[in-house]
Amino acid sequence: MKYLTTGNEACGEGAIRAGCRFYAGYPITPQNELTAYMSKRMPEVGGVFIQSESELSAVNMVFGAAVAGARSMTSSSSPGISLKQEGISYIAAAELPAVIVNVMRGGPGLGNIAPGQADYFQAVKGGGHGDYRLIVLAPASVQEMFEFTFKAFSLAEKYRTPVMILTDGMIGQMMEPLEFDDAIKPVPAVPKPWVLDGAKGRPSRSIKSLLLKDGELEAHNIHLQKKFSSIEKKEVELELYKVKGADRIIVAYGLMGRIGRECVDTLRSKGIKAGLVRPLTLWPFPYKEIRKIASGKAKFLVVEMSAGQMVEDVRLAVQDDKRVRFYGRMGGGVPEEKEIVARVKQL
Amino acid sequence: MKQAPTHYCPGCGHGIVHRLICEVLDEMNLKEKTVAVAPVGCSVLAYDYWDFDTTEAAHGRTPAVATGIKRVLPDRLVFTYQGDGDLAAIGTAEIIHSGNRGENISTIFVNNGVYGMTGGQMAPTTLIGQVSTTTPGSRRADRDGYPLKIMEMMAVLPGVVYLERTTVTSPKEVTKTKNAIKRSFEIQLAEEGFSMVEVLSPCPTYWGLDPSQSMRRIENEVVKAFPLGVIKGGDHGP
Ligand SMILES: Cc1ncc(C[n+]2csc(CCOP(=O)(O)OP(=O)(O)O)c2C)c(N)n1
Repeated sequence: MKYLTTGNEACGEGAIRAGCRFYAGYPITPQNELTAYMSKRMPEVGGVFIQSESELSAVNMVFGAAVAGARSMTSSSSPGISLKQEGISYIAAAELPAVIVNVMRGGPGLGNIAPGQADYFQAVKGGGHGDYRLIVLAPASVQEMFEFTFKAFSLAEKYRTPVMILTDGMIGQMMEPLEFDDAIKPVPAVPKPWVLDGAKGRPSRSIKSLLLKDGELEAHNIHLQKKFSSIEKKEVELELYKVKGADRIIVAYGLMGRIGRECVDTLRSKGIKAGLVRPLTLWPFPYKEIRKIASGKAKFLVVEMSAGQMVEDVRLAVQDDKRVRFYGRMGGGVPEEKEIVARVKQL
Repeated sequence: MKQAPTHYCPGCGHGIVHRLICEVLDEMNLKEKTVAVAPVGCSVLAYDYWDFDTTEAAHGRTPAVATGIKRVLPDRLVFTYQGDGDLAAIGTAEIIHSGNRGENISTIFVNNGVYGMTGGQMAPTTLIGQVSTTTPGSRRADRDGYPLKIMEMMAVLPGVVYLERTTVTSPKEVTKTKNAIKRSFEIQLAEEGFSMVEVLSPCPTYWGLDPSQSMRRIENEVVKAFPLGVIKGGDHGP
């Protein structure tokens, strides 16, 4: 079936189709369409929708729903995601599967409701306290909002870890066709021998992140890090566009990746050998893949709606700072095609 | 109840309340249907004693976590166990809104008038004139505000069906506490809505008193600020 819908609603439907049956959220623009959509869809599929009293409460309701074995999700936009960091750290520590959606807006502070990408550091470098990682997926279209959210539930359960959909207000609110098979099957059930549902016919269980015995917390951290490095090995995804033979490469994700693609076409039509690298997973980051592309002589322009955050990871990948340039706009400013094209030409 | 050496200080009330919960669950044959949410506070290790499913929650978010569990598993018994810092300070929004939504959960609220786990700081429930590590001299209303009566605040919420304040200062009071816990669980099983039992509980360590002086302090002073009895749902037969 083909639908004309917004990114936020496609995200909600992707969650429902994946088998999400618990959603808690607190209103904030530009993700309100998602909360409203879940309020309507959850009862239709026998799931739970709660408009919580705060983002703190929402993410902890999701913690509880995950403890009880439900596929659960919460969503917000930048200021609300700051409030969720406590819960995200607890979810990662307790090794619970959950999906968190951040439809980013301009910041810092209350900022504005225009699209932004300034929460990259928060999403991929930690955000909450302690040594943990979030799997971070970066959709760039309404179709990808559906598909990446669907996939997020599968990753969350496979690794028992929180997964974030990191997108922005433009992708969240734009309308585009969405196509999927109406008979699509939910993410296959995985055994959850840790769920708390009453100790019937089995020993009682507890879920905790307070580990006080000598060496216990260090051992838990080592276990978590092993899991994270296996995710780094197996789950990196990126899109390459006309990278072969290119000597100028735009690196951008989400909305900027989409605009970057148009820039490549424009530059190619002028005889400039441009290409695009679009990370689909921001963590794990495609360091190795970008390093390989950088083994030639290519120069890189990283484009973001921020003061320059992902550019730090690209520099780590390229390992030759002279070949990495940055162009970004902040506070809701969206770099335009002509601005980007001009900077690629200057590389 | 598991066999485990206690980590509580001599004269602490947490152990008594832990035990009462276990007795009620056993008597009601609910152990296999129960999921409990432990708070951040002295009782964070409740799962070391309780032989039923238990999860931790971030400080104060206890009722939000319980809400998530209960909505997913409506036929299980879900309760939170919380101290007065967890429930009446950092988690005020969560407890009020869980009550206001009429969440069909039970809360056992252990009010010892201080932050035990972090070293005896002032809690919202600390009495005027009481000594704590963060109220030089003692708690003063003009500087530190007043003891917060969460039960009385929650009594006005239509979603809250039963509120009772008890204590553990004598065998008679302990029995009342046990009956109140039982009633709260029965209300949940009958799907009537939110209920909460507040237990005035001693903290000899941070009150600077011995265990029996601590019990007398509850009887003589604490109950004046926090009167015992059914605060809401008195006409409800178990
Ligand atoms: C977000 C957060 N803030 C502060 C703390 C530190 N902390 C741990 S327990 C506690 C207070 C507990 O007091 P109460 O709820 O009255 O329980 P008691 O220990 O007295 O039983 C505090 C402030 C924490 N763990 N997390």
